[in-house]
Amino acid sequence: MGDACSCGGCVGSKIGCDNVLDKFPEQKADLEKYMDSLPIGKEKEANRGLLIQCLHKAQGIYGYLPESVQLFVANKLGLHLSEVYGVISFYSYFTDIPVGENKINVCLGTACFVKGADKVMAEFERVLGVKDGQTTENGKFTLGGLRCVGACSLAPVVMVNDRVYGNVTPAMVGDIIADCK
Amino acid sequence: MIENAKQLAEKADGIRKEHAGRSKIGILVSMGTCGIAAGTTPILNAIRDEIKKQGRDGEVEVIETGCMGLCHSEPTVEVFDRESGASVIYGQVTEQQAAAIVESGSKPAAGATALSRGWYYPEDEENKDNALQARIVLRNTGRINPQSLEEYLVQDGYAALAKAVTTMKPQDVIDTIIASGLRGRGGGGFPTGKKWAFAAAQKNDTKYVICNADEGDPGAFMDRAVLEGDPHAVLEAMAIAGYAIGATKGIIYIRAEYPLAIERLNIAIDQARKEGLLGKNIFGAGFDFDLELKYGAGAFVCGEETALIHSIEGMRGEPTFKPPFPAISGLWKKPTIVNNVETYANVCAIIRKGADWFKKIGTAGSPGTKVFALAGKVNKVGLVEVPMGTTLRDIIFGVGEGIKDGRAFKAVQTGGPSGGCLKATELDTAIDYESLKALGSMMGSGGMIVMDEDDCMVNIARFFLEFTLDESCGKCTPCRIGNKRLYEMLQDICEGRGTMETLEKLDTLSRTIKDTALCGLGQTSPNPVLSTMAQFKDEYLQHIQEKKCAAGVCHKLITYTINESCVGCTLCARNCPVDAISGERKGRHVIDQDKCIKCGVCFEACKFHAIDKS
Repeated sequence: MGDACSCGGCVGSKIGCDNVLDKFPEQKADLEKYMDSLPIGKEKEANRGLLIQCLHKAQGIYGYLPESVQLFVANKLGLHLSEVYGVISFYSYFTDIPVGENKINVCLGTACFVKGADKVMAEFERVLGVKDGQTTENGKFTLGGLRCVGACSLAPVVMVNDRVYGNVTPAMVGDIIADCK
Repeated sequence: MIENAKQLAEKADGIRKEHAGRSKIGILVSMGTCGIAAGTTPILNAIRDEIKKQGRDGEVEVIETGCMGLCHSEPTVEVFDRESGASVIYGQVTEQQAAAIVESGSKPAAGATALSRGWYYPEDEENKDNALQARIVLRNTGRINPQSLEEYLVQDGYAALAKAVTTMKPQDVIDTIIASGLRGRGGGGFPTGKKWAFAAAQKNDTKYVICNADEGDPGAFMDRAVLEGDPHAVLEAMAIAGYAIGATKGIIYIRAEYPLAIERLNIAIDQARKEGLLGKNIFGAGFDFDLELKYGAGAFVCGEETALIHSIEGMRGEPTFKPPFPAISGLWKKPTIVNNVETYANVCAIIRKGADWFKKIGTAGSPGTKVFALAGKVNKVGLVEVPMGTTLRDIIFGVGEGIKDGRAFKAVQTGGPSGGCLKATELDTAIDYESLKALGSMMGSGGMIVMDEDDCMVNIARFFLEFTLDESCGKCTPCRIGNKRLYEMLQDICEGRGTMETLEKLDTLSRTIKDTALCGLGQTSPNPVLSTMAQFKDEYLQHIQEKKCAAGVCHKLITYTINESCVGCTLCARNCPVDAISGERKGRHVIDQDKCIKCGVCFEACKFHAIDKS
């Protein structure tokens, strides 16, 4: 898991180091308290049923799921790390890579697609110099695609953190990025 | 606590009386996710301020409601008069209009845009003014405050559950659902009552009722609208299902991406528990039922019921072979029924009004209504609930008011990534499960994307394949590798490398995947390819033989050139992101085809129609 400050996992994230458990005891206590409130028993199969909600909680706390957190959750539930990692890598909501300060998500649902979301995505990729799913080197932006936020009347839609931009054209991309600073 | 059916009726009557005396005018403000995104929150505040300013606190009441389905005109507000029943709906409301809207009551306010309602409620009224839409599923969304149990009770809330557990045997409930002909609204259209009957026939102390709220079709959001706008209806229906099959435990499997729906469901569950509508000995009938939420984590395949069950069990959401069906061996190997949100939203009305009433709506093979998320190049984007058997033309040109910017209709895509495209000659098809299937598409969860002449059908097929690739769980080879190859072939065609042999292989491989994939996702994933190939063969041929994309979508097949209309204003050159355009000021410009990335910025920037796209 590397030394506390040389693991290189801290790019761009507020809580970025992989050794997040020791570095942020309050957050760890928060996660531990949540997990202790669950009916964790001896039966492995039943404990597994609690895994996904624990991962949701952990990602809510740390922003991503570094190996140390995965191991912590696995140990608490009596599961193997491989089982936990298998679940994380399967579901698109979970990530084990730190995300940037601003999450830019271009809706790639069908309605947005027919209204030109692919062009908007291409423009974000060009301006930020990263591909879909990547984070800029300065850790400011993570670019991603998502499937339908249900605001199809505003298509194409871009979500920046919790804010929704509607009827986005490639020409608006620069302004949207500027808005984040 | 509501301890029996009589107390429920008394409580509902009491609330009705109290509401009648509370305020004369009600103002409904649409506070679904899309409404909030379109900016209803400041309008809600402005209306509240205005009521205070005009000193009409006791007379006018503001109600936060769910989605009215009028997405094209968000933010929307409805004003109604409790005494006369008159009402007016406004669209594109601004903060500045708040004063006039509050002042005018149920009469149209000057300066605000009044909209026509366009739907009726089959449960409460006869078909008024031949409205195209009939609301059963969306009966309460946009009409009540979803965070108020009282308002739900006023709309006969929990009356169906009371009727079921106090006057009907579990078998009667199942018989009613079977007789109603209700079919699964999540995609396949399996008869709901039959599913329940299978689970009911299992002898087991523990059974589960699951609600699939993991709405995955990119372009469908009716389940979210119901959960945000009428959460109690889903809880009530799940309890009825629990009673019917002999289950005491329900689970709602919901997308983590729907925070507002989760919040409102949690509120509703708490309220129902407090009133004894969930929990032990419901309505004194000796029936116990409670439920919990489980969160999805972003996997389209979890819409498949065996995959969904594995996800609840904390595993990767991979499907398994059926049989055994979940009704025999499902969650934790116990008998389990999985129905989606829209299916449950029909159940209460059927129990209240009876199977015969339900069968009068819709077609013989597909009774009831279907909610569609109408989107794309149509004038009135929104949630539409129509009786089964309504024609596509009525939906797209009636409710949707035709194609945007006067363009020509080209195709409509139904069924999401598992569905297909229908063309203009099929607009008069009366849609139900069978007719859509016969045309190579499917009902699916109800996404309906309208496309015009600017959309390339090969590219649309590629878009859906890209989605499937992303979402394939990778367990079976036909889906994991077959779809990848399909995608590459479509990519070849879109980029001008396609041959007639590619087309042939595309067809063979599509059929092979359909026949051999493990689950519903894989078996239906080639549908967008097969249906566009069948309906729009000429477009495929054009891409392959002429290396042209008539819609002007496929980048590699487009060339931008500057014609003699160019006045040398330099606007295109200044906008070009790769400096591919050169020329003297006031002289005709030229595009360097080697540098051009075909982004089309120049085409959109030019004010003199001097750029040709071919």
